[in-house]
Parts: sequence; C-alpha cells; structure tokens
Amino acid sequence: MISSLVTAFVVGGLVCVVGQIFMDVFKLTPAHTLSTLVVLGSILDGFGLYEPFIDFAGAGATVPITSFGNSLTHGALAEAEKHGLIGVLTGMFEVTSSGISSAILFGVIGAFIFQKRKTTY
Amino acid sequence: MDQQQFQKVVDEKNPKVPYFMNMLKAFIVGGIICTIGQLITFFYMRFFPFTEGTAANPTVATLVFIAMILTGTGLYKKIAQFAGAGSAVPVTGFGNAVISSAIEHKSEGYVLGVGGNMFKLAGSVILFGVLSAFVVALIKTILVNLGVVSW
Amino acid sequence: MVNTFGTLQFTAKTCIANTGIVVGPVEKDSTFADSFDEVLSLETEKNETNEQAHSHLIEKACYWAVKNGHTEIDKIDVLIGGDLINQLSPTNFAARTLAMPFLGVFSACASSMESTILACLLLESGNAKTVLAGASSHHQAVERQFRYPLEYGAQKPKTAQWTVTGAGFALLEKDVKNAPVVTHATIGRVVDSQQKNPLHMGAAMASAARDTIERHLKNTNSKMADYDVIMTGDLGKIGLSILKEMFQDENSGVVLQDAGAQFYGNDTFFNAGASGAGCSAVVFFGQIYNQLKKGVFKRVLLVATGALLSPLTFQQGETIPCIAHAIECRMEKRG
Repeated sequence: MISSLVTAFVVGGLVCVVGQIFMDVFKLTPAHTLSTLVVLGSILDGFGLYEPFIDFAGAGATVPITSFGNSLTHGALAEAEKHGLIGVLTGMFEVTSSGISSAILFGVIGAFIFQKRKTTY
Repeated sequence: MDQQQFQKVVDEKNPKVPYFMNMLKAFIVGGIICTIGQLITFFYMRFFPFTEGTAANPTVATLVFIAMILTGTGLYKKIAQFAGAGSAVPVTGFGNAVISSAIEHKSEGYVLGVGGNMFKLAGSVILFGVLSAFVVALIKTILVNLGVVSW
Repeated sequence: MVNTFGTLQFTAKTCIANTGIVVGPVEKDSTFADSFDEVLSLETEKNETNEQAHSHLIEKACYWAVKNGHTEIDKIDVLIGGDLINQLSPTNFAARTLAMPFLGVFSACASSMESTILACLLLESGNAKTVLAGASSHHQAVERQFRYPLEYGAQKPKTAQWTVTGAGFALLEKDVKNAPVVTHATIGRVVDSQQKNPLHMGAAMASAARDTIERHLKNTNSKMADYDVIMTGDLGKIGLSILKEMFQDENSGVVLQDAGAQFYGNDTFFNAGASGAGCSAVVFFGQIYNQLKKGVFKRVLLVATGALLSPLTFQQGETIPCIAHAIECRMEKRG
C-alpha cells in the first residue's frame, strides 16, 4: 500500500509539473493548460497507453485532469468496438465523467450554501 | 525611445519567474492531492464493493466535494497562489473553477447567474475533452476498419 | 505653449476646496491610512451585490466631501464621476441617490483626473460654482468583471496589481482661501506600446504616462526639478521603474513617484502594488491634498494612468492602449 501511495504522489506531482511548465514557460493561461492536458489524456488512451498508466500509478493517473480525456475517449472506443462507427457518438455520451457531474452538482450546492466571502487577505 | 528599446526596458524590469520553486511547489501539492486521492480510493475499495478501476469515479467525486468546501471557505485560492498547477491540474482545480463561478454569480439568480455562468472557466476543458475523444475514437475506428491497427 | 495640444491653463483660481475619501477594509493598513475619512468594515454587506456596495462607497465619499467642505448636497452644481464597471453602473446608481446634475466619465484608472479636468473647465467658464469630481473602484466588482471569480485559484504573477476598494471625491470651487489651486492640466492621448499582458498593466501604462508628462513639461516650459513631486496613479512598482528608466536623462530621482507602488507598502501579497480608478483618486485627493494644504508640497503634477482594455479585447488578442490625464496643483503661500 505504501508503494502505491508513493507512486501516486510522484506521478501526480510530475503531471502537475508539466502543467506548471505550460503556464510558466509557454505562458499559457490555466484554461489553455488544462484543455491541452485533457487532449493529451485522450490521445494517450487512443494509443492504449492510459489504462496501463492507471494500473501503474493509480490515483496519480486518475486524479489529474488528463483522466477526463481518458474516460471520455475510453467510453467512445468501447462502444465503437461493439457497434462500429456510430458507437463513437453513442459511447461518449454514455460515459459522463464523474468529475464533470460532481462539479456541476457541488457547484450549485456550493452556490446554495456559501455566502460570498469577504475579500481574504 | 523607440518600440524596440522600450520592449527591452520592459523585459529587463520584468521580475524573474522562479521556475524551479514553482515546479517544486506544484510537484509537492499535486503529489499530495493525488496521494489523498489514492487513500480515498483505498477507502472505497475496502468499505464498498468497488474495484481499483471502478473506484476512480467516487474518488473523483469526493475530491470535488472537498474542493467545494475549500472554495466556499476561501482556502482554495490561498493554496492555489502557492501551488499553481499543483492545485489547478488535479480534478480539484476543475471543481474549483466551476464552484467559484457558481458562487460568484449567485447575485444574478440561479437560472441566468449560476446556470448561465458556471462553466465560464471550465467550459473549455469539457469542450476539448469531448472533441478530442470524438476525434481520437473516430480515427482509431477508421484505422481498425482498414485493418491498420487492432483494438 | 499652453492651450495647445491638450495642455490647458486655468486662469481663474480653480481650487480643490475639500475632499472625501472612503476605503474598504483591506485598505485599512495602507501607507496612506491617515488621510482616509472612513474605512468600511465590510467590502460588501451580506445582502448587497458587489455593484450595490460600490455605489454606496461612492455615495459615502461624496457625503464626506460635502461635509468636510461645510456645504450641502443641494448646493452642488454638477457631479462628475467614473468607475471601471460596465456602463458605469455603480456611479450612475450613486448619482441617482445623490440627485445632482451628473456627467459620467470613463478613462479606466485615469478617470479621477478626467473628472477633475472637466470640473475645472466648468468652473473657469463660469458655468458652475461648485463641482464634485472623483472616481472609485471596488475590488470584488472589478475582479469579477475583468479577471476571475473571487474564489478562483489562479496563481498571480509578481507583476499583478491589487484593485483598491476606495472612492475619492473632490469639491472644486473658485477662489477658495488656503486651498490648493489647479493651475494647469494636460489631457492624455491614447498610447499603445504593444503590451498584451493584462497581468502587467504597469508596462502598458508607462508610455502613456511618459507622453503626458513630456507634453506637460514642454507646453508649460517646466523641468521635472520644478516640482516637489510628480506622482502617477497606478503604474505599480515595476511600471514606475520602467517610467524612471524612460526619464533617465532628466535625473528624475525622488521626484517621480507612484501612488499604487506605495499604497500597500512592502507587503508582497499585493505583488506590484495597488491599481484601480479609486487608487489615484484616494491618494491624490487624500494624502497629496493634505500635503499641499500643509504647505509640505508647493507644486505637484498628478498623472492618473488608465489601461483601456476590456475583457473582450484581451480574448480577441488585442494589445492594451493606455491614457494618462494630468493636473498641476500649486499651493501659494498665504499671508
């Protein structure tokens, strides 16, 4: 178990470092950086590389935003394998990433519970 | 002073970006968040009927829930100023983008304000995730049908 | 030569009779804290929107200016004000409450001086006897419009500036005893130095400040050394160092200062310093006005700097054109 935790820490940290490089060196905005990483995750799954990555790194691969791209692509590919070209569309919309649904849900709950903060300093 | 000279002065006076420190901070905080994610995954595997693969979903949802609490209490942006990509890249960053927009636009009501503005910052991630998934899956399906690659 | 190419000379004695300065809680520990009339305990009250709070801030500053000037609200001929929010809503809504003849102006963070120049023109032509002029900004309202939701975790660079929550309004009249006199003004021109980074506005605004200062000095036949201080509104620490570099040959030294760079002292939380339409208003009508009245300063040039970008122009990949409006104030020795 300890080794899984260490691997998750190191791999997750490294993915974040890639993001930091996009922001500092290539001067991308956070939105550009995250969009790029999502596409990266999607492409890696296209090559069949993301699932082994998850097996190796556990949360180090499922927690970063790259896993969004992976889970959307994975769903599309799984359906395409079964139903051919039309599966590309049906599969994608079948697998709604839990990250997106929970963000929507907790977003509105958060808006409901939390008052606007004082400017924190 | 012409434009070129002026640009030189601007570049000279620009404070140096602490590249190494920023990367180190991103590494540490990003690593910690993923480690917490791993612990949450173990929790779901131990106490609920989830496998390593399927536990990723509730893990991500739990992390977004934590991001909601941190965003609403004003702690998230303090962490983010320190961590940079370390807090933006994990799914908690996505959660923070959506939740902070939702809270901010409450003043315009739930339909036009919260609903209409919630994805102001995070929308591009969803757009490109879906678009990329479509393109990748399309290309791969075509290649498989042509016999170039296999599933 | 005055009265050409934007430099005006006011021959009637147009004076800053008094001022009103109200700021938010974060500004409590500012370098200029002694000059504030009121420090609010909450930036936005619980049942208010940011924009409503912003309006109340403006109203309070106007009431303070009227009170300090020992006059009454209904004696004011014209109110001139500006802010950074879309369609000047906060100032418009404050003007609704104040119910005076009103001119809304926009030149981003240079609005305070634009208001003052127009006020002096009204006074000099005899078209008004008492004018209230100023500008304001509200941190939360500006962040939401121009940058990100308040709780969003974006890492700010060292060149970023913090928008001041503050409103500064000046009561202007002619021939006031023992009051600083606005003798000249220079209307800014839009200058674009090809800067695109909205998180480094100091670099974008420095060229506009320089253009205005140069024109003012040339047209009034003055040198930098003739002034006790030439203060820009919100170039910030880095923007100021760029400006100083541009004036290197003139040995600007101590004379060139920036309100934004000094506003929050050395606290690195605020990165390059303060900004906002309220920044120049609060400092020029607060600290500088006080120093002039006390006779510590006898001749100053106040240059408010504004970045004329919008959230849309940034997304469209445009550069940031800027403008800087200036007034010259003198305090004559009274017997």
